[in-house]
Amino acid sequence: MIPAIVVFIYLAVVVYIGVFAFRKSTGRGKAEDYFLASRSLGPFVFLLSLFGTNMTAFAILGSSGHAFNNGIVTFGLMASSSALVIPLTIFLIGTRVWALGKKYGFMTPVQMFRDRWECGHIGTVIFAVQAALLLPYIIIGVMGGGTTLNAISGGVVPFWFGGAVVAMVVMSYVFFGGMRGTAWVNTFQTVLFLVFGAIALIVIGAGMGGFRSAVTTMQNSPALAPLLTRERISPLYFFSYTFIPLSAIAFPHISIFCLTARKMSQFRKTVIFYPLCIMAIWLPCVFLGVMANRVSDVPQIRQKIEARRTLTTQGRQMPPEQRDELREQAAGDDTILLLLQRYAPLWLAGLLGAGIMAAVMASDSQILALSTMFTEDVFAFYGGKRRFGESVQVQTGRIFVILLTVLAYAVALRAPETIFELAIQYAFSGYAALSPLLVAALFWKGSTKWGALASTVWTALAVIAVAVFQAVVPAPAPGPPTVIASIGGLELLSRTPGGTAVFGFMPVVPMVIVSALLMVVVSSLTAKPQRETLARYFVRS
Amino acid sequence: MKKVLLVFAIAVLYTLHQDFWFWRTPYPLVFGFVPVGLFYHACFAVAASLLMWLLVTFAWPGHLEEEIETRTPSREDAEKL
Repeated sequence: MIPAIVVFIYLAVVVYIGVFAFRKSTGRGKAEDYFLASRSLGPFVFLLSLFGTNMTAFAILGSSGHAFNNGIVTFGLMASSSALVIPLTIFLIGTRVWALGKKYGFMTPVQMFRDRWECGHIGTVIFAVQAALLLPYIIIGVMGGGTTLNAISGGVVPFWFGGAVVAMVVMSYVFFGGMRGTAWVNTFQTVLFLVFGAIALIVIGAGMGGFRSAVTTMQNSPALAPLLTRERISPLYFFSYTFIPLSAIAFPHISIFCLTARKMSQFRKTVIFYPLCIMAIWLPCVFLGVMANRVSDVPQIRQKIEARRTLTTQGRQMPPEQRDELREQAAGDDTILLLLQRYAPLWLAGLLGAGIMAAVMASDSQILALSTMFTEDVFAFYGGKRRFGESVQVQTGRIFVILLTVLAYAVALRAPETIFELAIQYAFSGYAALSPLLVAALFWKGSTKWGALASTVWTALAVIAVAVFQAVVPAPAPGPPTVIASIGGLELLSRTPGGTAVFGFMPVVPMVIVSALLMVVVSSLTAKPQRETLARYFVRS
Repeated sequence: MKKVLLVFAIAVLYTLHQDFWFWRTPYPLVFGFVPVGLFYHACFAVAASLLMWLLVTFAWPGHLEEEIETRTPSREDAEKL
């Protein structure tokens, strides 16, 4: 229970930071101050909070859980591809979004799209799709909070209560502190996790009797040796994953965050250090997730390994419901926490748990982003701000934060998927497919609102199609996928144990390619914005 | 020419991410316990950081800052939308 108490103290500190940010606010009642911290963040806070915003329960719990079941491939799949693609998109797109925000006062991507493509309701459609895709990501945070508190307290704090506590804490500091509070909390959390992540690696490594002996044991086990290689994942799937980080800049909480920098020069350090931060956080998580397979004296981990073995050897003969049950039992989202419990002294487990909690609570920026989008793209756009004033707009944003958190919590209690699957299948693929909108708006004069609408509608339909497909066709046992359609011996559509494959690729690949093609084709056939509008966006040409 | 080289560097690094050559082996174990496939991708992250340094140094979009200086920031622009 001591670790849980340390975590509760940490949560109290976080709430205090939010309230402190509220007191420090210079422009209370001003939308730009609440939603964008008056575009005043300095280089240190900008780097760490932008990075912290991206490091969610998915990164920490999901990555170690994925590595537990799939091996070292997790790092190459998610971390190193992100280390290249995310800073590259921040460099190419983030800087331009910042500059346009500074020039024209934009606070959300949809405001920019409406101005750039001279549209109104199409912007509302983009908002609706963005909002629908962001919700799962917010739910991940609540689920991660429940999982973490439950594991840290040794099961004393139930999942529903842990999730409720995390939701309340996040809601409180977002409600009071807005963007300033969120950025400060994220900075604090990132520092905490960077420090304690390294300590966790050393403590757990020492507790296991050193990683050399752990790796040797795994090498000698036919069932575990593949986890030290990447043979459980196909090269096509691995390649597909490089499309996922395209989602980062398209996520509204990231693109909105780009607007908070005081100067453009603050992007320099962020872009350079981003890959190193990714490595510092993901490497310990992935490595510890893999090493957990060699732990034999933690009953919960043994049960997971046993469930995975049963699924692999007998899964083909089981009904889908039984397979799903085993899959849930084998899920490793709490692996890293179980390792902490087993190998770290109580007080350290508490501090490390707080560090993990820090990353888990990154859903704050998504909640704030959605609130910003609602108040700017819907409330203000449809006349609310004009009729009721800016102060009411900010209060509306705060009420929206409460409603959204309650909704996310209610869904999190019922969501059956593991953290990792939920995030990947819906939010990440969808936002990756929306990335052509940003590229077209910023770099292609010929793009039009109809092209943007076509890409957005395609994204929504594709996400729904994947979700329906996976709900209708049950996931097979580990091994070859279930082929649903093929052309001349080529597998067109398959249901894999982890999701869906189109020509062997993850759905995100065709989703992004078709989205980009639709933008090009439909824009080429429709009327361009006025010359004056284009002149404001393409000054140099 | 500088920009062409940088685009080429990005393409090369992206290609190097698909390292099928270490796919099915953990050997050599770097420092005695890190499988080579994992070590390679940790090095890849460092290389990505170096590439970002090159981009920031040689292709920084300074014109965006200049454009802002020629125009006063205006919240009204957004409000008109």
